[in-house]
Amino acid sequence: MSPTTVFRFRRPAALALLMSGAVAAAGCARSNASRLGETGDAAERVYVAPGKYDEFYAFMSGGFDGQVGVYGLPSGRLLKHVPVFSQSAENGWGYSEQTKAMMNTSYGFVPWDDAHHPQLSQTAGVPDGRWLFINGNNTPRIARLDLTLFETEEILEIPNSGGNHSSPFLTENSEYVVAGGRFSVPAPQRDVSIDDYKEAFSGILTFATVDSATGHMAIAFQIRMPAFDYDLSHAGKGPSHGWSFFTSYNSEEGNTKLEVNASQKDKDYIAAINWKRAEQCVAQGKAKTEPARYAHNLMGEDGIARTEWGTSTKVLAPADCPGLVYFLPTPKSPHGVDVDPSGEFIVAGGKLAAIIPVHSFSKMLKAIADKAFAGEDHGIPVLKYEATIAGEVQNPGLGPLHTEFDGKGNAYTSMFLSSEIVKWSLKDFKVLDRAPTYYSIGHLMIPGGDSRKPWGKYALALNKITKDRYLPTGPELAQSAQLYDISGDRMKLLLDFPTIGEPHYAQALPASILKDRQVKMYPLAKNADPYAAKNEKSTRVDRKGAVVHVSMTSVRSHFMPDKIEGIQVGDSVFFHVTNLEQDWDVPHGFAVLGANNSELLIMPGQTRTLVWVPSRVGVFPFYCTDFCSALHQEMQGYIRVSAKGSAVAVKWNSPSYREAGEHEAGEHGAAEHGTK
Amino acid sequence: MRHSSRIAVAVAAFLLLAVYFAPLWRIELIAPQYPEGLGLRIWVNQITGLKPNDLNSINGLNHYIGMHAIEPDEIPELQFMPKLLAVAIGAGLLVALIGRRVPLYLWAASFTAGAVAGLGDFWKWGYEYGHHLDPRAAIRVPGMSYQPPVIGTKQLLNFHATSWPDIGGWILIASLACVLVVAVLEWRRVHASPARGIAVGGPVAQPLA
Repeated sequence: MSPTTVFRFRRPAALALLMSGAVAAAGCARSNASRLGETGDAAERVYVAPGKYDEFYAFMSGGFDGQVGVYGLPSGRLLKHVPVFSQSAENGWGYSEQTKAMMNTSYGFVPWDDAHHPQLSQTAGVPDGRWLFINGNNTPRIARLDLTLFETEEILEIPNSGGNHSSPFLTENSEYVVAGGRFSVPAPQRDVSIDDYKEAFSGILTFATVDSATGHMAIAFQIRMPAFDYDLSHAGKGPSHGWSFFTSYNSEEGNTKLEVNASQKDKDYIAAINWKRAEQCVAQGKAKTEPARYAHNLMGEDGIARTEWGTSTKVLAPADCPGLVYFLPTPKSPHGVDVDPSGEFIVAGGKLAAIIPVHSFSKMLKAIADKAFAGEDHGIPVLKYEATIAGEVQNPGLGPLHTEFDGKGNAYTSMFLSSEIVKWSLKDFKVLDRAPTYYSIGHLMIPGGDSRKPWGKYALALNKITKDRYLPTGPELAQSAQLYDISGDRMKLLLDFPTIGEPHYAQALPASILKDRQVKMYPLAKNADPYAAKNEKSTRVDRKGAVVHVSMTSVRSHFMPDKIEGIQVGDSVFFHVTNLEQDWDVPHGFAVLGANNSELLIMPGQTRTLVWVPSRVGVFPFYCTDFCSALHQEMQGYIRVSAKGSAVAVKWNSPSYREAGEHEAGEHGAAEHGTK
Repeated sequence: MRHSSRIAVAVAAFLLLAVYFAPLWRIELIAPQYPEGLGLRIWVNQITGLKPNDLNSINGLNHYIGMHAIEPDEIPELQFMPKLLAVAIGAGLLVALIGRRVPLYLWAASFTAGAVAGLGDFWKWGYEYGHHLDPRAAIRVPGMSYQPPVIGTKQLLNFHATSWPDIGGWILIASLACVLVVAVLEWRRVHASPARGIAVGGPVAQPLA
């Protein structure tokens, strides 16, 4: 349960809704009691036999966990927890020397973020399984994961932004990922009174290009919008390709007690951004280049992350680019904005609204052509609600947030307050079915459900409240996901499963798209880490002043070297551990007593580096943490730490050292055979 | 030799060229930890993994039981077998060219002897690897040796080992069989009916004589 959930419940207006919602929910519970019988085959439907694979990969935002959870559907089994914005002591992500730079921002090293909206890269509006993008909300960033590795490869900081919530919501050929601020801020940042909000603050919508070959992101332009709160987004598709839609609330521009002050207007806006028009204006030099400092962290081909610093962005003002932005009035403090597979319908989740408004893209274009304006807001044309609306879903439930599509003409909207999924028709906007969720659904997800070709077999509810769904675990509970079968006329609840971190959005695609493209190991021959020891003969210990570089290898079941002397208190010891294995699923771990950071998990062929600063004299063990083999327990070593200025020379055991006769003969006799 | 016999011998010799491009033998290993399997291919001049890193992985695993690492560069047979094969092919072509029975018999006999010796050598290497174990090995099972089968299957601790001819091996077997059949036919033709043998063999041999 998130803090915002608590706020919503405390809101007087919401309380009234909640109470009426409770009545509605009770009604729903009754009407759904009879469908318990329909789930009699649920176990069969979600059962994936031992050794068999799930039909879908699902990528779930880790929320305040800052990571991405990968689950199999329909089983709900956790397949991987991919570290993104948050350090992961489990494998050294953000701790190891090679990955530390991924946490760099203009605010310094920021080892955590709040990850909300995963987006699979698309080609022609269909998930292509190349990359997964996800936003960091707190210190605005967008990350890109490579889906052959299931690892984060790139993190781009978004300057001039606060609360990077309406992000990354990419365009249908992954031309752009977007980043809209849910919290307007002075842009660029400066010291102003919060009371000067309306004059001094801006909402910045950022468009970053995605290189079609490499996936590398680059900020193309930023649009300086009024100081509203830009909540969510989706790009147009098909006929509406070229446009991106952002919901906004707080068009009242309150700067305190927003739960009341941002809820005064009957309608806020969807901002329709013509990004092709923006490209024209930028090309015509209408954007101002403004200084901005931001980090662009990229994992190199050599497996080492590096930061490049951005120094400016191109900022476009709507006044300088007519036709760039139109406002679509939308009730009421809208949250989600979702575009149906045809690209024609733009569905808003007016979280305090009693209806679901559905805008028409073609009507919007006509309204623009006809100048059917209700007025202007901050100089931006406001279209007439009647001129753009295609229809309203009546009595859908309470608290509509997000809508996904099944590709068969149906839409599914999550209802936070009445805690249900409501299925309705895109033909007549009539409610067809409703299914309760446990409890208070936020996002929902259908595989490909925001793309041009949904795989409309399952819907996943990502619930905000867990309560009694699982065995209780003290005050803090896991998050609650629920899987529904949507292949028939009526939705059927199939499965509950817990997830890590508050679930926001998720994405899924057929496993067949990714399964056979998985990398099993890194080729040792291509390891380009400058400190890698690619065989045991090239292991070494080099002292340079108070810095000691240990180029070490690990292979079942020993480290080389595993005896190191001549280290002094206060040295910075860099353990560069190369995993010599070239076998699938044989990672080695590395941990050393007293390390102030984490362990390392090193994949076959990879080099990872941990810095250790010994604080006292003694002899300290290090060992492999990943049960690698029958002799894993024996995979250990010692490092001797002497007093500062000690005369103990640097020495270590290595094959050459042994050959020189300085080593107990045959100590590694067994090991030599396997590794020569 | 009959014309058809000489052609058959030439074909058998040419077939052996394929052995340069196809592995002779394959050993597959399956264990609980290796459902996808590991394996080796034995070529006339090299030993490779069935998958890119299999040889490396097998050597890594073998060190636990003290088996010597398989280092193709240290196996002299892999150096001279390609030359021996070239001699065999050359000799076969020469037999076809000469078209006389005695060289045929000699070649068939030495080919057979070579193949048997090759298998014997393969067995010997398997024996050496399987029996000459490092006494300091981590895993020592009293009485246990790890000699892979030449043909067939065998359980070696957690690994189920299977050894069979590979494409090159089957081609070699086919070539050898062809030569032996020709030799036997030629032998029977001459010894069963000498007169007919001269009558039929004569004209074929003449143009080349």
